Amino acid sequence: MNTSFPTQEPEYNVDEPSLLRALQAVLPAHALLSSTEDKRPYECDGLSAYRSLPLLVALPENIEQAQAVLRICYAHKVPVVARGAGTGLSGGALPFAQGVLMGLSKFNKILDIDPLARTATVQPGVRNAVISEAAQPHGLYYAPDPSSQIACTIGGNVAENSGGVHCLKYGLTVHNILRLQLLTIEGELLTIGSQALDSPGYDLLALLTGSEGMLGVIVEITVKLLPIPQQAQVLMAAFDDVAKAGRAVGDIIAAGIIPAGLEMMDKASMQAAEDFVHAGYPSQAEAILLCEVDGSLAEVEEHTQAVQHVLTQAGATEVRISKNEQERLLFWKGRKAAFPAVGRISPDYYCMDGTIPRKALPEVLTRISELSQQFGLRVANVFHAGDGNLHPLILYDANQPGELHTAEEFGSKILELCVEVGGTITGEHGVGMEKIDQMCVQFEPLELEQFHALKKVFDPHWLLNPGKAVPTLHRCAELGAMHVHHGELKFPELERF
Amino acid sequence: MNEHDGSERLQQQVKQAFAQHTPLQICGGGSKTWFGGAPQGEPLQLAAHQGVISYEPTELVITARAGTRVQDVEKILAEQGQMLPFEPPHFADSATLGGVIACGLSGPRRPYAGAARDFVLGVKIINGRGEILHFGGEVMKNVAGYDVSRLMVGALGTLGVLLEISLKVLPLPARDITLAHVCDADTAIRHMNQWAGRALPLSGTCHDGKTLFVRLSGAVSAVQAGQAELGGEVLEDGAGFWSQVREQQVDFFHDAQPLWRLSVPPTAPALPQPCWMDWGGAQRWWHAPLSELSALRRQAEAMGGTVQLFRGRTDHEAVFHPLSASILRLHQGLKQAFDPRLILNPGRMYPLDNE
Repeated sequence: MNTSFPTQEPEYNVDEPSLLRALQAVLPAHALLSSTEDKRPYECDGLSAYRSLPLLVALPENIEQAQAVLRICYAHKVPVVARGAGTGLSGGALPFAQGVLMGLSKFNKILDIDPLARTATVQPGVRNAVISEAAQPHGLYYAPDPSSQIACTIGGNVAENSGGVHCLKYGLTVHNILRLQLLTIEGELLTIGSQALDSPGYDLLALLTGSEGMLGVIVEITVKLLPIPQQAQVLMAAFDDVAKAGRAVGDIIAAGIIPAGLEMMDKASMQAAEDFVHAGYPSQAEAILLCEVDGSLAEVEEHTQAVQHVLTQAGATEVRISKNEQERLLFWKGRKAAFPAVGRISPDYYCMDGTIPRKALPEVLTRISELSQQFGLRVANVFHAGDGNLHPLILYDANQPGELHTAEEFGSKILELCVEVGGTITGEHGVGMEKIDQMCVQFEPLELEQFHALKKVFDPHWLLNPGKAVPTLHRCAELGAMHVHHGELKFPELERF
Repeated sequence: MNEHDGSERLQQQVKQAFAQHTPLQICGGGSKTWFGGAPQGEPLQLAAHQGVISYEPTELVITARAGTRVQDVEKILAEQGQMLPFEPPHFADSATLGGVIACGLSGPRRPYAGAARDFVLGVKIINGRGEILHFGGEVMKNVAGYDVSRLMVGALGTLGVLLEISLKVLPLPARDITLAHVCDADTAIRHMNQWAGRALPLSGTCHDGKTLFVRLSGAVSAVQAGQAELGGEVLEDGAGFWSQVREQQVDFFHDAQPLWRLSVPPTAPALPQPCWMDWGGAQRWWHAPLSELSALRRQAEAMGGTVQLFRGRTDHEAVFHPLSASILRLHQGLKQAFDPRLILNPGRMYPLDNE
C-alpha cells in the first residue's frame, strides 16, 4: 500500500553509525534490529495504510535497558516512538524514519495482584485480557475492554485512554488506573500516582493517560480491579427506523438505568455480521440495539423488565432477551465480529471514530449516507450508543487507484461533521498520525499552542513521537489555505463544545 | 442568561494583570478560602459569572459557568432525577461549581463512583496570558489532545481561571440504605476492603472509631440483596448522616486543633491515634498540633500515602505534602506553560517559580 501520510516535521540530523554503536553497547544483540527484513514487522500499527521503516528497532527487556535507550536517543537528539502490540488504529505507533522504534513487548509480566486492595501491578506489554484472566480466581476483573482486548496491551491502553463496550458504566482507562512508572525522555524514572486514591499536586496521572506517547514512556502500571458482577443479560431490540433506535437509548437513560453496555448497529453492519456469525439478528430491521444489564440476580431481573418495557414503548418491532449465557455471548458475537464481518463484504474498510451527542445521531447518519452517495463508497455504522461513540466503516478497495484517497477524504468529512454537531474527532482510537489534520478543525491555534507548550515541559527537544497527536500551526495554516483553495470553509462559526 | 456571562470582563482583567505582572486571587463563593495556601493578590470575582448553559438529562451531561452555586446545580439535576456522582462537599451555601472543581473535592461516594476529576468532560478557561481556551467537550468519550480538562481539577486555579465546566452526571439511585456495624478500626478496614471486592452496591463507608457505617445505593432489589448479605443495624436518617459526613459536621470534626487529611492505600493498617476513616479506608482524618507536621509526613509516607493540612493553616507551614524534586520540576514547567508570569493564585498550592 502507499505511504500517503503527510510529511512530518521538524527535521532531524541523525548520526546513524554513532547511534548504532551507542545502542549496541547497552542492548543485547537480539534486542536491536537494524536490517530491513527484521524491521519490517514494525513498519505500521493497526492503521496499515500508513507505513514507514524506522532507522532502528530497540526491544529493551527491562527498565534499565529502556532508560539507557532513552538517554542515548536524548543525547543524540533522535526521535523515539514507543510501541505496544501495534493494534492502534490511528497510526500512533507509526515509526519515524529518522528515529528509533522502541517496542515494549518484552515487558510482559504481571508483577503483583492484591486481591484485598483490588489492584494489579503490571508491565506495559501485558495484554488487556490477560489481566482479567489473572484476576478471575479472586472474583475480580479489569473493566475497560477495547474490542482488541485479546491482543492490545495495557501500556497502549494507557497511552490512548482506551474505552470498550462497557465504558458508559465502568469508565475509560483513566478511571481505572492508580499509578504509573514513567520514563522521561532524559531517561529518568518517575512515579505518578500511588496506591492511594489521589496524590498531591497536579493530576499528572490524568494528563499522561491518553497522551499518545508524546510525554514519556510508561514502564509499569497499577490498575484497579472490580468485582465480577453476579449476572449479566442482553436484550436485543429491532427497529424499523434508526432514529427510533436512537431515541430508545435516551429513553433507557431517562428511566434511570445505566446499562453495562449499549450498542447499535445499522442495517449494513448488522447484515454483514449476521451473514458471518449467524447471531440470530432480525435481518429485515433497519437498526438493532444490544443492551446489557448486569449486577445481582434480582437487580438484573428488575432492570431487564424495565428496559424491555422502555424498548417496547419506544417502538421496537421485536425485543429478545438472552435466555442463557450461551445466547448472551451469541448476541455479542455478532457485534464483536462486526469489523471482520464488514471485511468479508469489502476488500478493505476504513474505520472512523467520532463521538457525537446522541441526540444528533439521526442527522449524522443521514448526512453520512449523503456523503456515501457523493463519494461513491458504501458505509456501515457501528455505534457505542450509550456514550455517543460512532464507528462508521467506509468500504473501499485499495487495489482500485485512488479509492484509498477517496476513503480518507470521506473519513475526514465524517470527522468534521462530528465536530460540527458538537462532538469530537476521536472517541477512543486517538489522533495519532491519522487525524492530525482534523485537530485543526477541532481546536483553535491558541489551544494548539497551549498543547505544544505543555509537551515542551516533558519533551523540550520534540523527540517523543514527534509529528503525532497535535499538529503544528504551520501545518494547520497550510491546510487552511488548501481548504480555501477548494472553496470549503471550515465552520468558522463553530463552538467546540 | 447572557447577562450572567462575565467571560469578557474576566478576560480583560486577566490580560491587564498579565501586562502589569499583577497577582490575582480567584474568588468564587468564598466558602473555601481556608483551603490550601493563603489567597493573595487582587481579587478576580467569579461569583457573578453563573448559570447553567446546557443540560441534557438523556445525554447525562451538564455545562455550567464556574460561578454557579453547587446547590443550584444539584437542585436542577435532582428535578430530573440525577446527581453529581462525586457528591462534593459544599462547606457553605455559597460554594460554586468552579471552586469545587478547582479544589478537586469529592465526598463519600468517591471510592465507588469516582472523583470530581472522573466526571469532568470539558472546560473553558482563561490561562495566565488572558487567552480563552476550550478543552474536552460535552461528550463522554473524547481523546483529542491532552487531557487539560482533568489537569484543571485540583489545580486550585493555578493553571487557569475556570469559566465553564461540563460534567457527566448520573441517575439518582432508586433506593439508599445505611447499615451500622459496631467494630474496631482494624476490623472496619478489613470489612471495607473485602466488601468492595464483592458485587455489592456500595456507595459510602466510614468508621468513627467505634462503628462502621455502610451505605448501599441502587436498584431496590440490589439494595435489598446487599442488606441481606451484610446485615447490621439500619440507620434511620441515612441521608442526614451522610450529608453531615460530607460536610464534616459530625462530632469528630468539632475540635479546635488543626485537621489533617491522610490519603493512603485502603488496606493501610489502622493508626494509633483516634481518627475518622472513610473512602473505604483510603482517607483518614485526625486532629493534631502543627508541631506534629514532620512526624505525620513520615507516618503517611510509611503507609504509602501523603498528608495534607486540611484546616488550621498558618503562614509558616506548607499545607500540601512535599513533591519529589523531579515532580516539582514538572509542576513548575506546567505552571510556566499556562501562566508564565505566575499571576494566577500564587501561593495557593506549591511555590511554583523556577528561581
